[in-house]
Amino acid sequence: MEKWHLMTIVVLIGLTVRWTVSLNSYSGAGKPPMFGDYEAQRHWQEITFNLPVKQWYFNSSDNNLQYWGLDYPPLTAYHSLLCAYVAEFINPDWIALHTSHGYESQAHKLFMRTTVLIADLLIYIPAVVLYSCCLKEISTKKKIANVLCILLYPGLILIDYGHFQYNSVSLGFALWGVLGVSCDWDLLGSLAFCLAINYKQMELYHSLPFFCFLLGKCFKKGLKGKGFVLLIKLACTVVASFILCWLPFCTETEQTLQVLRRLFPVDRGLFEDKVANIWCSFSIFLKIKDIWPHHFQIIISFCFTFLSLLPACIKLTLQPSSKGFRFTLVSCALSFFLFSFQVHEKSILLVSFMLPLLLKDGLLMPLVVTTMAFFIACATSFSIFEKTSEEELQLKSFSLSVRKYLPYFTFLSRIIQYLFLVSVITMVLLTLMTVTLDPPQKLPDLFSVLVCFVSCLHFLFFLVYFNIIIMWDSKGGRNQKKIN
Amino acid sequence: MAALRLTMGGGNWFSALALGVTLLKCLLIPTYHSTDFEVHRNWLAITHSLPVSQWYYEATSEWTLDYPPFFAWFEYALSHVAKYFDQEMLNVRNLNYSSTRTLLFQRFSVILTDALFVYAVHECCKCIDGKKAGKELTEKPKFILSVLLLWNFGLLIVDHIHFQYNGFLFGLMLLSIARLFQKRHMEGAFLFAVLLHFKHIYLYVAPAYGTYLLRSYCFTANKPDGSVRWNSFSFVRLLSLGLIVFLVSALSLGPFLAMNQLPQVLSRLFPFKRGLCHAYWAPNFWALYNTLDKVLSVLGLELKLLDSNKIPKASMTSGLVQQFQHTVLPSVTPLATLICTLIAILPSVFCLWFKPQGPRGFLRCLILCALSSFLFGWHVHEKAILLAVLPMSLLSVGKAGDASIFLILTTTGHYSLFPLLFTAPELPIKILLMLLFTIYSISSLKTLFRFTSPASVCYFFCLYWILSFKTSRLYVCCEGP
Repeated sequence: MEKWHLMTIVVLIGLTVRWTVSLNSYSGAGKPPMFGDYEAQRHWQEITFNLPVKQWYFNSSDNNLQYWGLDYPPLTAYHSLLCAYVAEFINPDWIALHTSHGYESQAHKLFMRTTVLIADLLIYIPAVVLYSCCLKEISTKKKIANVLCILLYPGLILIDYGHFQYNSVSLGFALWGVLGVSCDWDLLGSLAFCLAINYKQMELYHSLPFFCFLLGKCFKKGLKGKGFVLLIKLACTVVASFILCWLPFCTETEQTLQVLRRLFPVDRGLFEDKVANIWCSFSIFLKIKDIWPHHFQIIISFCFTFLSLLPACIKLTLQPSSKGFRFTLVSCALSFFLFSFQVHEKSILLVSFMLPLLLKDGLLMPLVVTTMAFFIACATSFSIFEKTSEEELQLKSFSLSVRKYLPYFTFLSRIIQYLFLVSVITMVLLTLMTVTLDPPQKLPDLFSVLVCFVSCLHFLFFLVYFNIIIMWDSKGGRNQKKIN
Repeated sequence: MAALRLTMGGGNWFSALALGVTLLKCLLIPTYHSTDFEVHRNWLAITHSLPVSQWYYEATSEWTLDYPPFFAWFEYALSHVAKYFDQEMLNVRNLNYSSTRTLLFQRFSVILTDALFVYAVHECCKCIDGKKAGKELTEKPKFILSVLLLWNFGLLIVDHIHFQYNGFLFGLMLLSIARLFQKRHMEGAFLFAVLLHFKHIYLYVAPAYGTYLLRSYCFTANKPDGSVRWNSFSFVRLLSLGLIVFLVSALSLGPFLAMNQLPQVLSRLFPFKRGLCHAYWAPNFWALYNTLDKVLSVLGLELKLLDSNKIPKASMTSGLVQQFQHTVLPSVTPLATLICTLIAILPSVFCLWFKPQGPRGFLRCLILCALSSFLFGWHVHEKAILLAVLPMSLLSVGKAGDASIFLILTTTGHYSLFPLLFTAPELPIKILLMLLFTIYSISSLKTLFRFTSPASVCYFFCLYWILSFKTSRLYVCCEGP
């Protein structure tokens, strides 16, 4: 592309913001005995380096699962092992068995932050750049603006470089998957997505759209000919990649089961702590966690999740398109987040919601700065305040259908503008209140619950919005334009 | 909604740039800061806790007040805000006090005073004509100039990491240049006079100002061939300029003159006991001179031409600031450096007098004065290169020739600032920001002028780098006997 230097500059800006955020504190800094996610990752390096593979997921005297036991799939474990080899080369004290619990030093922090940056640089950032370059029908300038906005997204930066996690690896792999599948490199795309799932099981949120899209493609090619061949090839790719990742754990069923038990802790309840999903918000009014029995909770969450994502998935299978695929990814992820079982706040990576978590880590300044930067970048690149007509909100066909029954429904875009304003004001107010005021004594969790509730409302709105776009987006609409 | 649309709408790229760099500066708050942080905290304490008569005598801390009185008053004003952040930082005896609130206050004071710099850049953009402009925003000279100034790498790392207050000072200088471009000479003179009393390093460029104002403002007309028309001399204008300078100086030095403290103030402002070179050598002529001296002394010892007992033991790069002598070549005195500097600036000043080319000519003379003083001055800091780089940005978007010189100057100048940040966590930041600025400056100027020879840039870069920077490093490696 001709403006490679602008793209380089945008990537450099993204990297600079990431590294400067990483200069701040991490989760659980200086807070014994459990510390936080930073210590968890360091501990996993210690475990994977010092213990044989068979013992990684089992409780033993050397591996106390209560103290940050491994609860991500094997690819995370292999990544930790790789980092551990480097750590051993620099300073073996960092990963010495037992004695390195709670190890904290400037040099170690530098090492850990560097591992995140390198993983990001190798996997996530190239995916973003390539994804933007492969988008069709938009100018080079818009592509570069896209990359800037994606790279400045505060949620990912703050969790990965502030709180400390490796989300960029799994998200990067998932993005490679989306890229591959959208550009018709189905096998590579599905391989990349399998790697993503094997890195963090959270990516299963995105698995249904992948499945439906690829199935739709097979149907389109005809199940009697090329479609069937494609289906077989995809199945083989998926199975092969899973076997490759789980090889050391496939030998005994007990191993496999134990890993699965660690990945999906169904023994825990419907939700933990304050999470912006339906169950937590509902429990403000009705304490469902105490009323409903355990297996009923599992069944009901499964049903709601399934029902909420069914329409979009069926549409995607019957009419596979790249655009529909992308929207379905969002709506399915939202459905899973809102309705499923034992969801963690970090699963949504949406910054407004992670406020209490970030405040605990002392990351208020980076939060404010990166959110403002993201907002400014989006506003200036995409003139979001100007493009608010119905067509630009992709709601034209929907409002046309509604107007058949309600002829006065012409003010949809106005409603959306006002909703946006209200939402921004509410979020800013809530942030200010959470930071400056102390909650009343009778309701100590008032602010976190309010944040959850407001966020949940937002997510519900978006779920409905995206589903509307998916369902009302049809090729018929495009043909009409041509005729007129 | 409409109001929001107006503020964020497409045309306001300048605000977006300014806001963006301000947010970056906020992200730089937790980075490493040098002893200059303690210097300014100490000055806050001195000006807040002690009466004016003690300001230039206070010596509890080694970082005594060595800027002119206006800066001291500036610190005094800041200290009144500081007391709401952390009262303890205003205690003179609290040496090296750096609580979180102190850090926040100091960093934010730099970020907020940069507002003057942003305003000055805005005024400078008005002085650039966009006739060569392409239709795209990113190709307009105003846009490029704004980025080159607002996002200047040197200013970012010196002010917001290393810690200094150069932002608003350079703002004053750029504003005075802009006023001279806009033919508001009195304002320009006033701003420069004020600037001098904030930081006297700007004396380096005073000859340019003096000559230009005398030649192009006091003489109101030229002869057709461009030379001086003596009978157009305006005594009124000269008098008004003199009055401005006198009033500003009176305001600044007056109180100290009244207290008979002027010699003490001057001795603090011009500490010639500090030695020819700073602890970390600025890549100037004397660095090469010292290197040559060292090389010759090593050679002399090897060839038994020199007696090792007669060589002074003090080394020049041990990080200490002190006076010492050269071994082979003659020792350099402050007077010698002054004479060298004056000889170096003479050609440009003569040009400004005999062939004035309006404000552009003045700007060239200013840059040359800054560069000459950097090369030949006494106890020059490497940060002084910014004095030449920032005004050069104004010329760089005008002509292609200036742009290529600017690229060489700015790349090598910024690279020479690297040793200022020597800690491991700041290493990625300085590399990333340097790459950012260098890639942007080269690509945007190249697009503006359609360059075809990047080779010359590379050549000069390598030459300069090897000569001035690498030699000082090699010298450190093969330390003397």
